Amino acid sequence: MTTDLSDHPPFRYPDYRSTIKRSPDMKMIEIIRTLTEETGPGPIVADLSSEDADLTTNAGTGAAAIGERIIVTGKVLDTYGGPLPKTLIEIWQANASGRYTHWRETEFPAPLDPNFLGAGQCLTDDEGIYRFTTIKPGPYPWGNHANAWRPSHIHLSLLGPRVRSRLVTQMYFEGDPLLALDPIFNAVPEHSRSRMVARYDHQVTVPNWALGWRWDIVLEG
Amino acid sequence: MIGPTPSQTVGPYFTMKLSNNNVLIGPAVEGEPIRIEGRVFDGDGAFVEDALVEIWQADAAGEYAVSAGAGTAKFTGFGRAESDPTTGTYWFETIKPGRVPDPEGELQAPHVSVIVQARGMLRPVFTRLYFSDEMEANDADLILRMVPPERRSTLLASVARVEDRKVYQFDVRLQGDEETVFFDF
Repeated sequence: MTTDLSDHPPFRYPDYRSTIKRSPDMKMIEIIRTLTEETGPGPIVADLSSEDADLTTNAGTGAAAIGERIIVTGKVLDTYGGPLPKTLIEIWQANASGRYTHWRETEFPAPLDPNFLGAGQCLTDDEGIYRFTTIKPGPYPWGNHANAWRPSHIHLSLLGPRVRSRLVTQMYFEGDPLLALDPIFNAVPEHSRSRMVARYDHQVTVPNWALGWRWDIVLEG
Repeated sequence: MIGPTPSQTVGPYFTMKLSNNNVLIGPAVEGEPIRIEGRVFDGDGAFVEDALVEIWQADAAGEYAVSAGAGTAKFTGFGRAESDPTTGTYWFETIKPGRVPDPEGELQAPHVSVIVQARGMLRPVFTRLYFSDEMEANDADLILRMVPPERRSTLLASVARVEDRKVYQFDVRLQGDEETVFFDF
C-alpha cells in the first residue's frame, strides 16, 4: 500500500529556509513491502523501555520545575482508528522561558531552569492512552526570517509497528497566535494542520494542580 | 480511515532525548560484527552536522526481533545515531544482517533499513543500505532491481578499512548529482 503523502508537508518549503538544501529532488522510488517494511522497531523498543513521564520533577534535583504545569493526554491510533498499545513516545521541549537544555548556543537571553531537563518518555496502555505531566513550553525566536518566533510546542518521536510508522512531529497549543506566522507549522497542508494542535480539555484538568490538554496521535504503517 | 498526524522536523535539539543508541552488539549476539559509518550531505555537498540516522535490520539468521517476548531478545535490530557536530560522522557497531525472504519466496540480499532526519527536513527519508561485497546477492535482490541501474551504487556501503572488523562506509546525499535513492512504500 502506498501511503498518501498529501497529509504531510513537502520536503521543500522555501519559507522554512533550511529545507532548500536538505530536500531531495528526485522522485521517491515506490517499492513493494517485504518483511523489512512489514516490521519495525516500535514493539521491541517499547518492551525495553520504562516510563519517565513527569517532566516537572524528573531532573532529580528534588525541586519542581518553574512554569505552568500541564497534563497532556490522548490516544495513539492507527489509521483505522484502532488503539496502539505499548507504544513508546519520546518527548523534548523548551522550558517555560523558551530555552532548551542543550549545548547549542542561543542568542536568546532566556533563563535555564536547573529543575527542568525538558526530556521524558511515556508508554501507551492497553487502550493506546498516554499521559505525561510537564511545563508549558515558552515560545522562542529563531533565525529563519526577521522577528521569527516558534509557537509553543513539544517535540515527539514515535517508532510504531512498521518502518513506515516512524513519526517525528510537534504538538502545538490551540489558540496560539504564533501558529499563523510559523512556516514549520504552515508547511503542512491546511486540511491536516489541526491534527498537530492539542485542545484544552477541562475534563483533563486536575483541580488545584494542572491544566489539561488533549491530543491524539495517528500513526501510518 | 483517519488521517495520520503530519510529520514535522526533528529540529536542532533532538539530542536532548534522541541520542546515540548505536552499539547493537554484545557478548551474546551472534554474527559477524561490523561497523557502519558515514555522513549525510546537503545539496551544496556540505555535511549535515545535526542529522539523526536510524537503522532497522535482521539478525544474523535473517530474522527480525519483532517481539522481545518479555524483553529477552539479545539483538533488537534497532539503532539510533546522531552525526558528530564537528565531523558529521555517524556510526553503528552492529552485525552483518542475514538474508530475509522476499514476498516471492526468494532471499533478499543482506540489507539494513535506514531512516534519516535532520533540522531542515520536514519529513524523514527512507532508504536501504546494501553491502558492496555481496554483489551476487545484490544482483538478484527484488528491491534493488526496482532501482534504475545507474542509481544503485548510492545504496552500496563499501569497505572503507578493516580494523578488528570491517568498517563499511555509507554516505547519504539528500540532494544533488549523486542523490541517494529514497523509497516510498
